[in-house]
Amino acid sequence: MAYIKLDREKCKGCMLCISVCPKGQLKEDKGLNKKGIRPVRFLDKDCSGCAFCAIICPDCCIEVYK
Amino acid sequence: MKKIFGRTRSLRGVDTHYCQGCGHGVVHRLIAEVIDELNIREITIGVTPVGCAVVAYDYWDFDCVESAHGRGLAVATAIKRLQPDKIVFTYQGDGDLAAIGTAETIHAANRGENLTVVFINNTVYGMTGGQMAPTTLIGQKTATSPLGRNEKTEGYPLRISELLAQLQGVYSVERSSTDSVQGILKTKNAIKAAFKNQMENKGFSLVEVLSACPTYWVLSPVESLDWIKNTMSKVFPPGRIK
Repeated sequence: MAYIKLDREKCKGCMLCISVCPKGQLKEDKGLNKKGIRPVRFLDKDCSGCAFCAIICPDCCIEVYK
Repeated sequence: MKKIFGRTRSLRGVDTHYCQGCGHGVVHRLIAEVIDELNIREITIGVTPVGCAVVAYDYWDFDCVESAHGRGLAVATAIKRLQPDKIVFTYQGDGDLAAIGTAETIHAANRGENLTVVFINNTVYGMTGGQMAPTTLIGQKTATSPLGRNEKTEGYPLRISELLAQLQGVYSVERSSTDSVQGILKTKNAIKAAFKNQMENKGFSLVEVLSACPTYWVLSPVESLDWIKNTMSKVFPPGRIK
């Protein structure tokens, strides 16, 4: 199964990845990162490895493995 | 498990200073990916602008030269003429390329310099506080057009790509958008084609990228992409212009 690695500290919380994920595998985290913003959290249940999240991420926080 | 997507060699792993949802980050990555795919990192010289992307040289891992405001293409012309074996590109915003640097841009294009231009259009001056740019849409509210841009006093949005496409020296002009995953992939192809044109000595190639500025559009990043798709793309339709 595919999965992504998300750099929690680099994430700026724009949530664009959440809006494009076809499987709904990304969610806003409840905790804060060092920047003081709520980053995105990967649920890791049903990732297809489409890399849409990584393509739309403006900060290159996401690595995709398949 | 194989890594199918990650940071490319030409993009440094540092945090950028851009606001959340800013289109600059995406375009920086696309340029870095194209340079690595064409294997030209060692011979590329980037010319960075004045504007939000002023410190782009800190984010790319290849040689860059900072230019005076709007004079990116004049600097790039000099570099390319002195070192014709290098791949030279400029990265300019709408305040840089379409406002203060209009003269340099038009004349470099008219001379048909063998250069690649990546033109970021986000309809505002992001670095200085979201003032009205030549590319601001009619009715769009900015710091210096609080009631919305009025065509009677401020004129119409400047379609610089269509303007440049009229010139004989220009080889290719393409407009693309970063409003969706598909748009980003198309933008990458357009940038790659523009770099290839230079490698094949075909001449002046420009890629205009419609890019989001959520902070000064006063929208969320997701709403900004919708705004590009539904409003901005009507005035600046994506596609091949020349």
